Amino acid sequence: MAGRLKDEISHDHNHDGIDRRGFLKCMAWAGTGALGVMSGGVLKSYSLSRLPELSTKAALGELSFVQISDSHMGFNKPANQDVRGTLKAAVDKINALSAAPEFMLHTGDISHLSKPEEFDTVDQILKSAKPKDVFYVPGEHDVLNDDGKQFLERYGKGSKGAGWYSFDKKGAHFIGLVNVMNLKAGGLGTLGHDQLEWLEDDVKHLKHSTPIVVFAHIPLWSVYPEWGWGTEDSAQALAYLKKFGSVTVLNGHIHQTMQKVEGHVTFHTAASTAFPQPQPGKADSPGPMKVPAEQLKSVLGITDVHYVQGQHALAVVDSTLA
Amino acid sequence: MRRSVFIAVLTAALVLGMGTVAVSQKKFPAGAQQKPETTEVKIDNFSFGPGTLTVPVGTSVTWTNRDDIPHTVVSTEGVFKSKVLDTDEKFSFTFSKPGTYPYFCSIHPKMTGKVIVE
Repeated sequence: MAGRLKDEISHDHNHDGIDRRGFLKCMAWAGTGALGVMSGGVLKSYSLSRLPELSTKAALGELSFVQISDSHMGFNKPANQDVRGTLKAAVDKINALSAAPEFMLHTGDISHLSKPEEFDTVDQILKSAKPKDVFYVPGEHDVLNDDGKQFLERYGKGSKGAGWYSFDKKGAHFIGLVNVMNLKAGGLGTLGHDQLEWLEDDVKHLKHSTPIVVFAHIPLWSVYPEWGWGTEDSAQALAYLKKFGSVTVLNGHIHQTMQKVEGHVTFHTAASTAFPQPQPGKADSPGPMKVPAEQLKSVLGITDVHYVQGQHALAVVDSTLA
Repeated sequence: MRRSVFIAVLTAALVLGMGTVAVSQKKFPAGAQQKPETTEVKIDNFSFGPGTLTVPVGTSVTWTNRDDIPHTVVSTEGVFKSKVLDTDEKFSFTFSKPGTYPYFCSIHPKMTGKVIVE
């Protein structure tokens, strides 16, 4: 009997009788203006038109933070010749949120060419946001030519290695990971041995009930490997997080919102504040996508996240800049 | 009279022919020493074109980024490495030894190419 059960449930690390392969697997275009509430490992989707029903204190939660991504300061090509203006519009959007976020996460590609003045401009614009703390992880555009030295000097105080770190807010554990360094020919994003070892140690002593929020630039799930939209060794990182009942993974890099739920893990990518990129495989390359000027703000955006303590739920809300 | 004209024409043809051979023999080695052959690789839509380039020893290869996104040209074996190339920026490298030189974009590592030097 025990032998038979073992055959059926070969990866039951949580001892909850749930095989990883048996987890709900779904991949959906979240689209902008969708709200995902994760509860007990099941994703419930609501359209923004139903938001009023949810905007009670319980639904909005006790901890709110906002994710912005891919501001690409310095980009000036036809897809968006005013990336300052759209980043300012993102800040206005953040400042107008009904539940003021406590802090911001920036999931990389702050700059377009790693130029000091590009970082300076972003810093200056983000100063006008109500949330004063910003937690960064680098994108590949932030570590050009100097192996990330400048990024570390500016944003990596107290971090380990190439800039990874963790912190706690209201009982939730936040982990910033770096997967844009030492990329190998033909490969995807990489975390690397040292960072994985650090991660294993970082979460070892946490209770299984601790909500985990992981943020990194390149998606930690295989969105579209043909375009490099994935991370080689993310499975190892996720294995260390398997014991937790609630894991939310926030990424950028692909300049569009996308969501996937796998067991207790919700994966989410944020829109860019600078320019959109095509859906996987829907163009010759993942290069900047030009849309009519009047539509640009409807394909850029911010992501607003709410955590309800004790309710085992994180709500991820995308909103466009339009 | 006729015979001598014929010989003169033949001689002229031979001289001209030899002259042509002599010029062409002189031209090519001198050209290779003074200025290396240049070959272009274009970066378009997140790919190197041509993906595989075969060139003679001494060729200078120039890569031009024609994308709206920056790229790099980095030898997988550490032989050459460009700075980041923004739109329309170029990088050149002269291949002085025969061999196969795989390379990639270190920002978008799915982009790979190789230069075969013969």
